[in-house]
Amino acid sequence: MSGVSTATVEDLAEATAPDRFWNRQRRLGAALVVIGLIAAVIFGSLAESATARFTISEDAEGAALSINGQLGAILFGIVTIAAGGALLAGVAKRWQTTLLVLGIVTFVFSFLCWQVAGKFLPLVDTASGSLELALPLILGALAGVLCERSGVVNVAIEGQFLMGAFGAALVGTLATSVWAGLISAVVGGVIIASLLAVLAIRFLVDQVVVGIVLNLLALGITGFLYERLMQPDALKYNSPPRLPEWRIPGLADIPVVGPVLFETNLLVWLALALVVVIHLGLTRTRWGLRTRAVGEHPTAADTVGVRVRGLRYMNVLLGGVVAGAGGAYFTLVSTGAFNKNMTAGAGFIALAALIFGRWTPFGALGAALFFGFAQKLANYLSAVGSPVPNQFLNMLPYIATIIAVAGLVGRVRAPAADGVPYVKS
Amino acid sequence: MRGITKRFGDLVANDHIDITVEPGEVHALLGENGAGKSTLMNQLYGLLQPDEGEILVDGEKKVFRSPRDAIAAGIGMVHQHFMLVPVFTVAENIALGAEETRGGPLGWLDRRRNRRDVLETSKRYGLPVDPDALVENLPVGAQQRVEIVKALTREVDLLILDEPTAVLTPQETDELLAVMRSLAETGKSIVFITHKLREVKAIADRITVIRRGRTVGTATPDTSEDELAALMVGRDVSLEVSKTPADPGREVLKVSGLVVDDDRGVRAVDGVDLVVRSGEVLGIAGVQGNGQTELVEAIMGLREIRAGAVELEDKSLAGRTTKQVLRAGVGYVPEDRSLDGVVKDFTVAENLVLDMYDRAPFGNGFALNPKAIDESARERVTQFDIRTSSPQSTVGTLSGGNQQKVVVAREMSRPLKLLIAAQPTRGVDVGSIEFIHNQIIHERDVGTAVLVVSSELDEVVGLADRIAVMYRGRILAVVAPDMPREEIGLLMAGVVTQAEDTE
Repeated sequence: MSGVSTATVEDLAEATAPDRFWNRQRRLGAALVVIGLIAAVIFGSLAESATARFTISEDAEGAALSINGQLGAILFGIVTIAAGGALLAGVAKRWQTTLLVLGIVTFVFSFLCWQVAGKFLPLVDTASGSLELALPLILGALAGVLCERSGVVNVAIEGQFLMGAFGAALVGTLATSVWAGLISAVVGGVIIASLLAVLAIRFLVDQVVVGIVLNLLALGITGFLYERLMQPDALKYNSPPRLPEWRIPGLADIPVVGPVLFETNLLVWLALALVVVIHLGLTRTRWGLRTRAVGEHPTAADTVGVRVRGLRYMNVLLGGVVAGAGGAYFTLVSTGAFNKNMTAGAGFIALAALIFGRWTPFGALGAALFFGFAQKLANYLSAVGSPVPNQFLNMLPYIATIIAVAGLVGRVRAPAADGVPYVKS
Repeated sequence: MRGITKRFGDLVANDHIDITVEPGEVHALLGENGAGKSTLMNQLYGLLQPDEGEILVDGEKKVFRSPRDAIAAGIGMVHQHFMLVPVFTVAENIALGAEETRGGPLGWLDRRRNRRDVLETSKRYGLPVDPDALVENLPVGAQQRVEIVKALTREVDLLILDEPTAVLTPQETDELLAVMRSLAETGKSIVFITHKLREVKAIADRITVIRRGRTVGTATPDTSEDELAALMVGRDVSLEVSKTPADPGREVLKVSGLVVDDDRGVRAVDGVDLVVRSGEVLGIAGVQGNGQTELVEAIMGLREIRAGAVELEDKSLAGRTTKQVLRAGVGYVPEDRSLDGVVKDFTVAENLVLDMYDRAPFGNGFALNPKAIDESARERVTQFDIRTSSPQSTVGTLSGGNQQKVVVAREMSRPLKLLIAAQPTRGVDVGSIEFIHNQIIHERDVGTAVLVVSSELDEVVGLADRIAVMYRGRILAVVAPDMPREEIGLLMAGVVTQAEDTE
């Protein structure tokens, strides 16, 4: 309401009706208190009173952070309750996010204390595993950022992954070169992206429908070729070389962070670098300014001489490059061979990360890491025989996205012209 | 521009129009809504391509394929609907398309220089703008300054202003006219598109009048308003609404302490009290976007009421569905007829029974009775002078004025206690305006309470028996229509002096 400067009426501007008591901050606070109680009471009472060890070194016996499982579960639960209580009491708005994150993190810790009591959780393995599982999600979500910030909805990330994974496996095997495989993955992603671009921008087909159709197309083509070509002679067509792990001397010796970040494959560095590059590109460059303008108000961009469709084509194709590279993860990093429908919905989780991350590169990174961690934790729990079904953790990305879209975690606002084709009047 | 012709299907929007703009002159393009003024200028700005004719700049023939070409030729345009990205800052909006960069493959923005350019232009032409403000937080008057600065930073020689005063208060309008005058004095040419005679007479050096896509004459500012109006509409029109004094009766609509939020959750109506009596017209004056839309929507059950009461003859309307409100005897002419008023792909007959399709005689809740619908439609078409080839034509084929008559006819075909008409004559030709105004007054004379919301002060003054001035979600004052326009204008700008008193 401020910003209007007619001095005579400022005194009229105050609101007459009180704001609702249950505003977003209080609702969040109440939710945190509830999950904090669950953590402190249920996790606390279920947890064994035995030491939970979070090992820092690579073997089980080395240095570790230790805590009594029961005590930890209760303590962290209490911190969650406290964070929720602070939100309920009404703190300044700038503390809201910090307290929310604190509450969620301590809830996770409480859960871990319960699960790990009497056992150990290797931190390095968990961190690098989370990052690896997050890798395709980061790249997929970045592809989504590129498309959707310019106003084209990209539901075809799944199809771009599949084509990328398939291209990498096939060409990588034939050329016995991992780099040829990586380039083919990019080409695979671009093929789907160009179909998306032409159908959505040129022929104005509904973008969600096009995306789904392209996913089915990619599934069909790669599945067919897999059965006809790869399955009969896997050695000749489906045994690509793996991306080598590189170790940066010095940096890799830092505890925990070193082995996770500096003893890994090129794709991880590429993904992390792209997060920074796209963030700076969007906020600091002419390309970014125009991309955002085209995604928010294409008519305004057009009237100042920006080529709306051209820019959208370019961004959708760039998105194809990034998503295709993300597809390479599945064959060149993860399994080492293509399999029918091997992406298994990762493209949709990347889409979820894009939305959960509010269409920003760093948000997408955070969401992807969070989802990757959930997946890694699910694997760990089933390995140690936890009573919690790992399916619950696998549901997390979808539940988190529903919560995000429902507007519980701050306001989620898509680019205004996202999914709206631009037609000159 | 010479011999410009533009067709949309069968409609000839511009028919061999010639127009010349000299350096340093303010050239007014006067015409009714839909006369083809904006179409003409969109061709000059490269947004549309003429079917025939040519554009010459400084005697040289030019072809503008896109606004880029027009900008390069020194032409700038401020559109009726602002072309600003709401989530960008002022500086970003102004830089867009003409960014200062420090090179690099993606063009690293030189924000400091962009910002400095904005401030420089702003200072040079006396148009205060804050480069760091977000556009969505600015009032419309400031947004318009941003648009003008945006054009000026591109060093234009010719500036087109498309209906720039539609969203401004009278005071802001005066400021804008002064800016136009000083721009013209620095040698820039200005094309000023409008349908408001007063402004044309105040500022223009030359006037070109356009009617139905043709140039019907050029005039100088000393031509009288009546003559200009006659040129514009092609016949003599009475600008006044003729009516007898009102005979207000019992209170029909009573709104008290009403609080409503807009779509973004920002308070739009902030404690409004008003009363509409039977047999009177209460007009709500105010610049668009001061809560009028939300007020009407809240009464109609289209928007959640956060606090306060809405009563129709002592029965609360709060929490009722829109259908219940309509059935309670409220007629509603919505402000955006193509969005809320008619279904364009439905026929005239179907549109006329949108509110009654499940009631006898038009239907029984299960099947429609096409014969009754058709008969009633023929009757309404005659009664309300709806110019259509047949009741079975789709409404989308009708002119704006006739579409609006369909809405008015439908809403007035029920027994009403209250009629709410929001922007009843927006985008409607003068002939239809007269007709619709007379219908509204007729409804008043049979004892209906009428609430008219309009951003056209002339319309409110003409129709209303009492005028409530709305500003930033509040009723600042309720005044008589014979109050001097300047004072109403001040109220619309939020300036309260001691003299007025709310009822």
